[in-house]
Amino acid sequence: MGKLIGKEVSVAAADAVGLVNVDVIAAYPITPQTHIVEHLSELVAAGELDAEYIPVESEHSAMSVCCGSSARGARTFTCTSSQGLALMNEVVFIASSLRLPIVMVVCNRHLSAPIGIANDHSDIMPVRDSGWIQVFAENGQEVFDHVIHAFRVAESEKVSLPVIVNMDGFVLSHMIEPIEYWEEEMVKQYLPEFKPLYRLDPDDPITIGALTMSEYLTEAKMAQNEALKNALPEIVTAWDEMAEITGRQYRPVEKLHEDSSETLFLTMGSISGIVSDAVDQLREQGESVNLLKLRLFRPFPFKALKEAVGNARRVIVIDRAVSFGGPPGPVASEIRSAFYSDTNRPMISGFICGLGGRDLIPDDYINIYRESLLQTEGGATETEDILYGVKA
Amino acid sequence: MTTPSEFTWRDLEPGVIISDAGNSREYKTGDWRSARPVVDKANCIKCGVCYLFCPDIAITQAADGTFEADLYYCKGCGICEQECYTGCITMVDEEE
Amino acid sequence: MIEVRLHGRGGQGAVTSAELMAITAINQGQYAQAFPNFGAERRGAPVAAFFRISPEPINTRNMIYHPDMVVVLDPSILRLVDIGSGLHKQGILVANSRFSGKELQQELGITQTIATVNANVIAQEELGLPITNTTMLGAILKAREFYSPDKLLGPLNERFGRIAGKNIKAMQRAYRETRITPALN
Repeated sequence: MGKLIGKEVSVAAADAVGLVNVDVIAAYPITPQTHIVEHLSELVAAGELDAEYIPVESEHSAMSVCCGSSARGARTFTCTSSQGLALMNEVVFIASSLRLPIVMVVCNRHLSAPIGIANDHSDIMPVRDSGWIQVFAENGQEVFDHVIHAFRVAESEKVSLPVIVNMDGFVLSHMIEPIEYWEEEMVKQYLPEFKPLYRLDPDDPITIGALTMSEYLTEAKMAQNEALKNALPEIVTAWDEMAEITGRQYRPVEKLHEDSSETLFLTMGSISGIVSDAVDQLREQGESVNLLKLRLFRPFPFKALKEAVGNARRVIVIDRAVSFGGPPGPVASEIRSAFYSDTNRPMISGFICGLGGRDLIPDDYINIYRESLLQTEGGATETEDILYGVKA
Repeated sequence: MTTPSEFTWRDLEPGVIISDAGNSREYKTGDWRSARPVVDKANCIKCGVCYLFCPDIAITQAADGTFEADLYYCKGCGICEQECYTGCITMVDEEE
Repeated sequence: MIEVRLHGRGGQGAVTSAELMAITAINQGQYAQAFPNFGAERRGAPVAAFFRISPEPINTRNMIYHPDMVVVLDPSILRLVDIGSGLHKQGILVANSRFSGKELQQELGITQTIATVNANVIAQEELGLPITNTTMLGAILKAREFYSPDKLLGPLNERFGRIAGKNIKAMQRAYRETRITPALN
């Protein structure tokens, strides 16, 4: 392993974007993403990064610019958060439907109202179905690695889809921690030159975004869905090849301990470390419990998830957002759906945690474990997701 | 269940782009027309205002300098008749 | 793992102190985190910043509720904020104050070890400004030898460029002038 240096995760994310020698950055600053765009604009202004930094007037414009520049064949990056992601929503769907390999970092923050700036996943869940590849990072190193991985996957000619790298706002974006930077040579070895599937070119014109009605819309959406599903092996290959360069092996679903346990926690993002502390405390007390980290959210890794769950009796899914009037844990409902047709399916016990940055400690997750056990002992096979720690 | 078809979802280009640009030329809009512009060439001053205003770029200049509509595209909107300075364009019902 | 909470006022650079402590620890091959109190930042308002240093990789990302050390950058905060909140019995308070540790123990009802330094005077004389964030680094390292104060020179030079010299002098002077008052039984 190379030398670890102390960097703010936002600065490291921006430096990773610089390392891949991006051509166009279009972004609008919003808390807690601000440090990423600040550092990128510094790199461009100082002449250290030869890119076009386009300071747009809104996130809707940011994603629109990204679509234009990506369609022209430029390596394109943006990042946003919360309200900004909501404002750009319309164009987020267009980017993926046009198969434009844009890379976006989302510093996950709660969505208004009431207004707030702290971390949860309520901003990203509304774009769950947008057709972007989506990964969640647990720490600064993962953010750095995944920015580079995102460009590699997005621009792969077998994929050509945009990628969102989710990093929790503040908890990661404002954290200084040890990160190993890649050398330029490593990036050159890992990331080939961007060769777009198609490009806007006045000398060789094409039509992008033409009208499609019922005659071919079903076929268009079939093709889009297949493209996203078929990205999965490419995503895994890109992780495997990264492991050869960095020694860090990422997988769609990762297990904390290799053994099989009766109960599994399932988490996404930066809380995994805290939950792993709780899991280790419980294991010391003799409990049969393990942790699964869901790294890849789209395309959803059904096969890897089932392999990782194995014969576990219970999966405790930690959600960071509410699907109002719905299941209500968006991730728990996906996990339930993944197992519904299995005869020997585990009980899925959903807990919604840490809304608006509420800081849950390992003891909270130990409470959640005990509460989940009580649900099963009471004979429950189906449970309703619980907003953990609600003041009542 | 799928519907058998010669053209399938696999035949779409990525992102549903259209790589043979300019194929809207093949699109016949002339059959939207219920009235067609008829030009009285004797009164045409060759100013080209009909050409400028035609929303479908259906009007072209003939070899003698006068203008006429390409009926493959002309939708019969009548703007050329409205704009013509000399009143040399008349919309005539297709039925006549 | 050692966990530290810093109190200051928005704009005084408490976050910078935490950052420099963590970055230097990482340079020494240790693991560390530094982070602000997550939320809106307002100049002049009491703020907190945090750092952790550990020989092992750090899993947790929780706020720090039971610090081993509390650092107060601004004497006017000593009586404004519950600075002793959660401080371990074996912990230490590092205070910028013109009063002695004994006087502070009595006045604030704190029984733990206290390290004191008159950082306002040092900062004013060395930097010409009452900004104590770099000065207090010397006091922190006197209170607990995370590493030798010399290890801070690189990071201070990198951060402050042409004004690094003054900040280094202030830090070194605070290291010499910090006085430790043992815990009350």
